[in-house]
Amino acid sequence: MSVTQYAYYPGCSGMGSSIEYDISTRALCKSLGVELLDIPDWNCCGSTPAHASDHLLSASLVARNLAIAESMDVAGIITPCPSCLKNLKTTSLRMQRKAFHDKVESIVERPVRADLPIKSVLQTVLEHCEPEAIASHVSRPLKGLKVVPYYGCIMNRPPDVMTFDDPENPTSLDRLMTALGAEVLPFPHKVDCCGASLGLVRRDLVTTLSGRILDTAAALGAHAIVAACPMCQMNLDMRQSQINRANHTRHHMPVFYYTQLAGLALGQSESCLCMDKLCVNPADTLRLVDCPAAEERTR
Amino acid sequence: MPTKTVPDRNDGNFLQEVQQASEQNLTRCYQCGNCTAGCPLSFAYDIPVNKLMRMLQAGEKHAVLSSRAIWLCASCETCTTRCPNEIDVARIMDVLRHMARREGLVAEAPVRHLWDAFLTSVEKHGRVFEVGMMANFVKRTGRFWTDADLAPVALGKGKLGLRPHCIEHQDEVQRIFARFREQA
Repeated sequence: MSVTQYAYYPGCSGMGSSIEYDISTRALCKSLGVELLDIPDWNCCGSTPAHASDHLLSASLVARNLAIAESMDVAGIITPCPSCLKNLKTTSLRMQRKAFHDKVESIVERPVRADLPIKSVLQTVLEHCEPEAIASHVSRPLKGLKVVPYYGCIMNRPPDVMTFDDPENPTSLDRLMTALGAEVLPFPHKVDCCGASLGLVRRDLVTTLSGRILDTAAALGAHAIVAACPMCQMNLDMRQSQINRANHTRHHMPVFYYTQLAGLALGQSESCLCMDKLCVNPADTLRLVDCPAAEERTR
Repeated sequence: MPTKTVPDRNDGNFLQEVQQASEQNLTRCYQCGNCTAGCPLSFAYDIPVNKLMRMLQAGEKHAVLSSRAIWLCASCETCTTRCPNEIDVARIMDVLRHMARREGLVAEAPVRHLWDAFLTSVEKHGRVFEVGMMANFVKRTGRFWTDADLAPVALGKGKLGLRPHCIEHQDEVQRIFARFREQA
């Protein structure tokens, strides 16, 4: 496999609440020949709090990172986090207009070209390596594992900005998981909102929205949810106990990052992929991968 | 017969201001209702998003900016994705929040406090320090019970650092905030 270098933007949650996403992303990219060079001294993109407060502030926080990445010898900027991705891409797009570009540069006090391609790690991995090619590297197929792919609301939307996969029925995660040997169930909530950061201020809204996602996944007979967004994963995994209490349900649904399951199929160890960081213990589910017959015994 | 005077609820410039700040043409909205049908938070809104669009066209500034809906919008982009007239509805919701702040009409104060606590952390450290942001949010709102049940879980899993990940050139980010305030 050829090696391509990208400027890597981990995002703040990758340093804390989604540390297992960052670690497993780095492991997956390494094994597929996608070389990640961290953007030196990167700063927070401001996420929703910035764009909901002011578009110039949001763009300026992003632009400092763009400027630093532009001084690196890379094919583009990639990030695992959809919220960071949307901010990076929106800023880059809006900076094509000279008046806005000049305003942002005057605040950042650095020249910013805003011309590097910006992609999600998911898009990069699949463009670098077709699912069929990834399948040829699988040493531990995810056979016996039934999963629902949960993209989250902004990995592919708005389509004019994100320009990747279908905004209503994306299939990239489906194709990847199928190539790794998992059984992917058709999932109607692929791009439905989990409630995002409202969990801290209006938990009732998150337990309703995320509860619906868990209910459907369980009703379909999924063993696990495969997520691609740190905020979604946290709402579904860390808040699963809150959701169960609020909705009188008894879900025990592991919520993996797709990078963790991909790493597992490609032969990386569970400890390297930080499976122990997941709040809903995935041990029983992971046993299905080794021995599909175990499913009958656990029921 | 004397006619009853109706208080003028409308602000003639409001639509123009919103269109300019959002770079959207709101007159294209013909009330198909796709935005509301797809909005995951419609059930919690005081005013559904398609009605907000109509009220914008009518210039109902105070009613729009004092709605709870604009603060409960999760920026999920479903409305923007599905608008048949290519109106970036989510961007308009952003702009309405910006204006509501300036006008002092924030109907869901905790949402604003959360975002301010987040940005304060970014300004201080260059990145979000999750524990610090939470403490600041609690200080601002007095909601000391916020996710108290999750703290031991997150700490036990090593998901909450007790020290911030400061960037090397924090001053550069602080200057971004300072220059932004000068220009605003």
